[in-house]
Amino acid sequence: MSWAKRVLRVDLSSGRCKEEPLNMEWAQEYLGQRGLATKYFVEEVDPKVDPLSPDNKLIFTTGPLTGTMASTGGRYSVVTKGPLTGVIACSNSGGYIGAEIKMAGWDMIICEGRAEKPVYLWIQDDKAELRDASHLWGKTTWDTEEIIKNSHQDPQIRVSSIGRAGENGVLYACVVNDLHRAAGRSGVGAVMGSKNLKALAVRGTKGVGNIKDFKTFMQVTKEKKQILADNAVTGQGLPTYGTQVLMNVINEIGALPTRNSQDVQFEGAGKISGEAMHEKRPTDGKANLVTNNACFGCTIACGRISQVDKSHWSVENSPKYWGATGGLEYENAWSLGAANGVDDLEALTVANMICNEDGMDPISFGATIGAVMELYTMGVISKKQLGMDAPFGSAQALVDLAHMTAEGRGFGPEIAQGSARLCEKYGHPELSMTVKKQEFPAYDPRGIQGMGLTYATSNRGACHLRSYTVASEVLGIPVKTDPLETDGKAELVKAFQDATAVFDSSGLCLFTSFAWSVEDVQPQIDAACEGDWTMDKLMTVGERIWNLERQFNLAAGMTAADDDLPKRLKTEAAKSGPAKGLTSGIDKMKPEYYQIRGWDTNGVPTAETLSRLGL
Amino acid sequence: MQQALLIDPEKCTGCLQCEMACSYENYQVFNIAKSRIKVFNFEEAGRKVPYTCTQCAEAWCMHACPVEAIVLDGATGAKIVLDDVCVGCKVCTIACPFGTINYVQDSGKVQKCDLCGGDPACAAACPTEAITYVDANWTGLDKMRAWAGRTDTASQANA
Repeated sequence: MSWAKRVLRVDLSSGRCKEEPLNMEWAQEYLGQRGLATKYFVEEVDPKVDPLSPDNKLIFTTGPLTGTMASTGGRYSVVTKGPLTGVIACSNSGGYIGAEIKMAGWDMIICEGRAEKPVYLWIQDDKAELRDASHLWGKTTWDTEEIIKNSHQDPQIRVSSIGRAGENGVLYACVVNDLHRAAGRSGVGAVMGSKNLKALAVRGTKGVGNIKDFKTFMQVTKEKKQILADNAVTGQGLPTYGTQVLMNVINEIGALPTRNSQDVQFEGAGKISGEAMHEKRPTDGKANLVTNNACFGCTIACGRISQVDKSHWSVENSPKYWGATGGLEYENAWSLGAANGVDDLEALTVANMICNEDGMDPISFGATIGAVMELYTMGVISKKQLGMDAPFGSAQALVDLAHMTAEGRGFGPEIAQGSARLCEKYGHPELSMTVKKQEFPAYDPRGIQGMGLTYATSNRGACHLRSYTVASEVLGIPVKTDPLETDGKAELVKAFQDATAVFDSSGLCLFTSFAWSVEDVQPQIDAACEGDWTMDKLMTVGERIWNLERQFNLAAGMTAADDDLPKRLKTEAAKSGPAKGLTSGIDKMKPEYYQIRGWDTNGVPTAETLSRLGL
Repeated sequence: MQQALLIDPEKCTGCLQCEMACSYENYQVFNIAKSRIKVFNFEEAGRKVPYTCTQCAEAWCMHACPVEAIVLDGATGAKIVLDDVCVGCKVCTIACPFGTINYVQDSGKVQKCDLCGGDPACAAACPTEAITYVDANWTGLDKMRAWAGRTDTASQANA
């Protein structure tokens, strides 16, 4: 079983919390977490809803393996309609709160309406209530967590909250849990802010006990943990360097988007790499990296705990940044660094801390700064407007603009709109490196062709976590494909998308997929969950979820024209590296992809496809 | 030969597999709220520290118990709580200097680490060897080895 079989429905408008049984029929069709919450969401919410209106809903959801001893079984997701993108949003996070929600006896928390005044949701096992949060409004996620734990006199409470970015309507605000883990993308934090919901505080003591076959589950999860331990990526690369193991690798293959994608290689990559985080600083003799860190149940431990140089200009007068806390992951090091031409590792670490502290997606924020710097260089945005010089490479501008964006000061509210809206406003929509208004992450589609199709077709806007073909195209997992080649990428992307939907619906972390395939996840789900969970059933679940999300997006008004990349990637060739001279072959891959998906030429699932998937 | 839990916080990642294993071993449920070993997160220092009963030879809890519900397991050296004798008076929880014996509201008894009868589930579940189960007379062996390597004058002379 493994599902708690209970849903908590929170009506923020009336202040009522009530328990409902989980729809077990849907659980068999959508598994949990991303899939199951999306099913609830599309059944209950009008696709045309204004994301920041009370009619939008916000779902916190766990998977059936969340809170179990399966490795990485601590994930939860936040599902809603994204204000940045106008399409389905589903942001996944680790840390500890996912397991805590499950151990309190809940699979899912559906928040609807809008509270009149700021509130936080307090869950203690079966008891759930909304409490006044006026004293928390205006506080950072770090302060919010501390104040809640202190006021309840319980350090074992887990907290997810929004910072000032979520309160101020930053369109890429995230929901931060356990100080430095985040449901990061598409602006789920802005939706939470629009509902006047400051935080979710949970203490769960009931545990997860309803495993279908405990003995088999213990045995199979142990075997699968061994696979993670023995694998070079999950057993060595990720614990040692975190995802930052990729910085030098991706730069070398010429797929590191640099200075708002003007270049595909960054001369400063080495200085902001995972290796650099291990090096002792000349200033204080300490390394940026303090230690690695695991989320709940994770036997990989890719997380970074960093401590900045106290004498660095960005923090010398701010002791609150002096302690150890969440450090740079690859995406953030890229978005705050290479995307802006900034190579100051300490400044990037601090900018990342500001994003954690105030709940802001560093990918979208950093990439938006890249666009701002290009517009500044072109003379479109002036020093007077910004209140500072902001050429590419300015660490000072990066850190100052991070504060201003989160806090809503000066030019900050314009940056808070994301690069698509900002570039549109200043007459240069072509300079926004986005798909469906969401900034794309750290892989240039000219140097890794599959990622172009990944971004263009991702159901939540540009994203690497919907089909991480980098695994195949760069790392050779499960088989090596040529990153410069477009042939075969449509099949590859579809296969990765469907498999990823399974991982994201299970309660496990996608990073296990460096070592595990769905074949490794299947026996863990089958031992834990009631029903007969075969590979066929799971892969159909994955494809069904993908098409369900697609249908929602089409109903929300998205068309095939939105499955596209910025013009720059299609017309300006890569200037250096192995991809020199290449542009993205998206126009060739897209029709193939639609066909393989069983969609018509407008990207609409055919009646046959829908019927095959039971949609 | 008795063995003891050896905890090396340097290796702990904070994954809590030990806490889940402990609760599963004793209650057949994944429930860190029922674990007898706890991992403490010293966030600002970037340190995770697992902590549980060290099985004192002259155990305060055992001596303090008014009904002799805490007894020595001769094979493992563990001080174990006899649930059918414990009256839940909590005097042991006051006596223990380390806080590693605690009251359980559900059962009305106290609980503490009993070394799982000689095969501790926490050590088996730890993915990084932050928790190991070693010769009770030689818990310092690894540290000694490390220092022996560092202070070996012959190797220094040859360096």
